[in-house]
Amino acid sequence: MTIAPTSSASRTADARAGATVELIDVVKDYSGQRALDAIGLSVAPGEFVALLGPSGCGKTTALRSLAGLESIDGGEIRIDGKNVVSTPTNKRDLGMVFQSYSLFPHMTTLENVEFGLRMRRVAADERRTRALEALEMVGLGTFASRFAHQLSGGQQQRVALARALVTRPRVLLLDEPLSALDAKVRVQLREEIRRIQTDLGITTLFVTHDQEEALAVADRVAVMREGKIEQIGTPEELYTTPATPFVANFVGLSNRLDAVLTDGSVAVHGATLAVLGAPQPDGPVTAFVRPEDIVIDPAGTIDATVLTSSFLGSLRRTVVATADGSHLSVQHDVSERTQPGDTIRLRLRGNAVAVSARE
Amino acid sequence: MSRASSNAVRIGTEPSKLARGVILAIVGIVFLLPLVAMLEFTFRDGFEGAHTLGHWTTLFSPESARTYRSLFTGVSNSFLLAAVTVAIVLVVLLPTMILVQLQFPKLRRVLEFICIIPITVPAIVLVVGLAPVYAIVVRVFGGSIWTLAFAYGITVLPYAYRAIQSNLDAVDVITLSEAARSLGAGWLNVLWRVLLPNLRRGILAAAFISVAVVLGEFTIASLLNRVNLQTAMLQISQSDPFVAVICALLALAFAFILLLVIGRVGQPKRGNRSDS
Repeated sequence: MTIAPTSSASRTADARAGATVELIDVVKDYSGQRALDAIGLSVAPGEFVALLGPSGCGKTTALRSLAGLESIDGGEIRIDGKNVVSTPTNKRDLGMVFQSYSLFPHMTTLENVEFGLRMRRVAADERRTRALEALEMVGLGTFASRFAHQLSGGQQQRVALARALVTRPRVLLLDEPLSALDAKVRVQLREEIRRIQTDLGITTLFVTHDQEEALAVADRVAVMREGKIEQIGTPEELYTTPATPFVANFVGLSNRLDAVLTDGSVAVHGATLAVLGAPQPDGPVTAFVRPEDIVIDPAGTIDATVLTSSFLGSLRRTVVATADGSHLSVQHDVSERTQPGDTIRLRLRGNAVAVSARE
Repeated sequence: MSRASSNAVRIGTEPSKLARGVILAIVGIVFLLPLVAMLEFTFRDGFEGAHTLGHWTTLFSPESARTYRSLFTGVSNSFLLAAVTVAIVLVVLLPTMILVQLQFPKLRRVLEFICIIPITVPAIVLVVGLAPVYAIVVRVFGGSIWTLAFAYGITVLPYAYRAIQSNLDAVDVITLSEAARSLGAGWLNVLWRVLLPNLRRGILAAAFISVAVVLGEFTIASLLNRVNLQTAMLQISQSDPFVAVICALLALAFAFILLLVIGRVGQPKRGNRSDS
C-alpha cells in the first residue's frame, strides 16, 4: 500500500519538526526490583529510535515512563528541554500505539480517530476533516464507519496509528505495536510506519523485542538489558561493532567460539582476529563470529562436516560440525549447495570480533 | 466444552430432542402452575368457584384508595428504596471497582471477598447487628424510610458486584483508559466517554438486579418496623388475600420485565461478526 504524504502531513511536518526527548538517569523500582537503572537516552528531533531487548529488560517501562503511565523514582524526563516528570499523561502531548488492540469498541473508526481532537476541543468540522485525512494516511479512508470488531488486527493497529498522529503530537510512542500481527502484515506495517514517520518528521520511540524489526526501521537502536542501555548506535554500528558480548549475541546471529586472547587479538581456528570494544585482559575468551564471516573455501584451514543446510531465499545457511566437535553456523550464497554429510573446508574472513571472558 | 468438539459424536452427553422437550415442559409446568393458580385465585368470587374481575377493579378504584393506603405507601417506599439503593451502587460500588481494577489490582481479591460476605450472612443475623446501628442512623438522618437503603446497599453487594465485575473482566479497561489518557483525556473524560459506555451492560444489570432484590426484601424492613412492598403485602393478606395475591403477581410481572430488559440490554448493539 502506498501512501502519498497528504496536505495535512506536510503541514504537520512544517508545524512541528519533532521534539527532542531526553531521559536523564531515570530510575524505576518495582517492589524492590530495579526496572530502570539510571537510564540515559537522548533523541534528536525527527529521529526514530528503537528500544530493543529481551522481555523484562525495562524497554516498555522506559517508554511508559516517558508517556507518564508509570511514575519514576529518580532522574529527569525532558521533552523539548522541559522536565515533564510531574506532568500527567494527558498533558504531555504524545501519541501512543499499544501492543494490545486499544480502539474504543463502542466508537466507529472515525470517532476513535476524532477522540484526541475532541479532547482538545477542535470544532466538529475540522475534527472530521482531519480525522478523515489521518485515516487516508494509513490507507483506511473508506473504513470510517466500521467498528473495531469489523477490522483485522493490522487494520486496527493502523487506525490506532492514525488516532495517535491526528493530534500532531510532539512525540510518537510505539509499544510493540506489531507483535500481535502475523509475519507478513508485520513487515508491511513496519515499513508503512517508517514512511509515515519520515513524512511527518515526528520524533519516534519504538519498543520491540524483535532485533530484525529494530534494525530494519530505526535510525538508532538502543539495546537494553536488565534496566540498562548496553549500547546505542545505528543498526550498522550495533551489527559490525557490538560493544558488549550481550549485544553481539542479541543482535544478529553469532557463533560462540572458544579462543585465547593475547595482546588484543584472538586466535580462532588458525586465524588471528582483532577484538572489538574496550581492551580486555589476556586469557581464555568466547569469541562471537558472524555466520557471514565464515566462508566455504577449499583452501581453508577448518575441516568440517555438514549437519544441516537451509534455503532462506536469498541465501543459504549451513550448520557444520568441526573436528573438535563444536557446531558452526555458516551463511553463504545459494549457488554453493551443501548436503548433510558433505565434508567441506572453511575459512574465517578476518573481521574483528566481540569477545567475553570465559570462566 | 470446546466448540471444536461439538461436531464429534458424544455418546450420552446430549439429550435427544424429545427428552429436551419433556424436560422443558416439566420445568415449565412447575414454574407456571403456581402462577396460573394465583391468577385464577384473583378472579374468584368468594370461595365458591364463580369468577369476577371485582378484586382487580376494587384495588384500582379511587374509593378504595384509603383502604389500601398502607399498600400504596409500601409500593412507593419500595420504589424510593430501590432508587436510593441503585444510587448507592452507582456512586459507591462502581467507582470503587473501577479504581481497584485500574490502580490497585492487588485489592481485587479483598474487594471480592468483602462484596460476597453479605450473601453468607442470613438477613435475620444482619438485622440483629443493624438494629443498634439504625438507632444512630435515625439520630443522624432522621427516621425517613430511605435510610433503609443503607442496609439494602449491603444486601445487594454480591449481585451488583458480580454483574459489574463480569463486565470489567470482559473489557481491557487498563489499555482503554491508558489510550484515552495518551490522547489527552483527563480522568473524568476517561470515565464518562470511554469506561462507562463499555461497562453499560454490567452497570444496567447491577442496577436492575438491585431493584429486583430491594422490591423482594421483607426481613430487614419487617424487623426494623418499616413499611415496604413486602411488609404491606403481608399486612393486607391478613385482611384481603385476593389483593395480596394480585400484588404478588404484579411484583412478579415487574421482576420478569426487569429480567427481560437485562437480557435485552445485555445483547450487543450492533452486529458482532467480523465478516469483512
